Amino acid sequence: MSVPLLAPGDRVLVKDDWPEFRGPAHIRTPHYLRGKPGRVVRVLGGFANPEDLAFARPAPKRVLYHVVFERPPLWHEGEAGDDVLVEIFEHWLQPVPAERQAA
Amino acid sequence: MSTPARPESLARLDRLVAALIAKGIVTESDLVEAQARTDRASPEVGARMVARAWLDPDWRRLLLGNGAEAAEHMGVSMAGAPPLGVLEDTATLHHLVVCTLCSCYPRAVLGYPPSWYKSFEYRSRAVRDPRGVLAEWGTTLAAGCRVRVVDSTADYRWMVLPMRPAGTEGWSEDQLAALVTRDVLVGVALPRLPVALAAE
Repeated sequence: MSVPLLAPGDRVLVKDDWPEFRGPAHIRTPHYLRGKPGRVVRVLGGFANPEDLAFARPAPKRVLYHVVFERPPLWHEGEAGDDVLVEIFEHWLQPVPAERQAA
Repeated sequence: MSTPARPESLARLDRLVAALIAKGIVTESDLVEAQARTDRASPEVGARMVARAWLDPDWRRLLLGNGAEAAEHMGVSMAGAPPLGVLEDTATLHHLVVCTLCSCYPRAVLGYPPSWYKSFEYRSRAVRDPRGVLAEWGTTLAAGCRVRVVDSTADYRWMVLPMRPAGTEGWSEDQLAALVTRDVLVGVALPRLPVALAAE
């Protein structure tokens, strides 16, 4: 496993990317999280990239994180304080710059 | 509610197994062992892990730190199985597990998932309206308890470590394990005392 670029507590943005519209794809990042802000809770480890495994391609290990998202902003409904905890691979996450975290 | 397999599916399975054996990819005894392992897996394993965590702080630490290692201590072979993560409920945080992408489920310690867990309805609603789903299960959370939905999307499998119910002081591991159902381990239900005892 390569060295994790993110650490618990880091603010992140899930990439607003839709590879399934460009061709055959296998994706473990749910639709409802694309482009959404979250926070890294823990590093889960390195795992062979399922996006490659699904097509029997060489699958280098990628860092997998547990990332938490506030739930009401995802659906525009629900109780404040509720959240969703999801496993997301590093190549789907963008760090949010510190100045934006303070804002 | 599964429908019986169609004869042509069974015939195809027989041909597949014969081909895998002919190519030396699996043996008959591999298949027998895999079948036995699958048959042994049941929510009773997960229930016992929870009951033990309620009684033994050291075991609780092991379970929360490395669920797969804890399962191995229970005699479950985790070789080749995905890592197991354990989600600790508290008075202010309740966990509910779903796999919105497919039906990832900690089979090694819970056995086969129920059909509702794999249903489109549960998968789409649990992540959007978990409190509505819990209400339909008759599950009432204490005021001020947050709900954390755990969407099992990748390489881990997740089970819930619920809070030990009040009124179970002095209970044995067997008595406690009997309170922990499959639904409790997924997080749609809470451990409940038998009605007769709860009424006292």
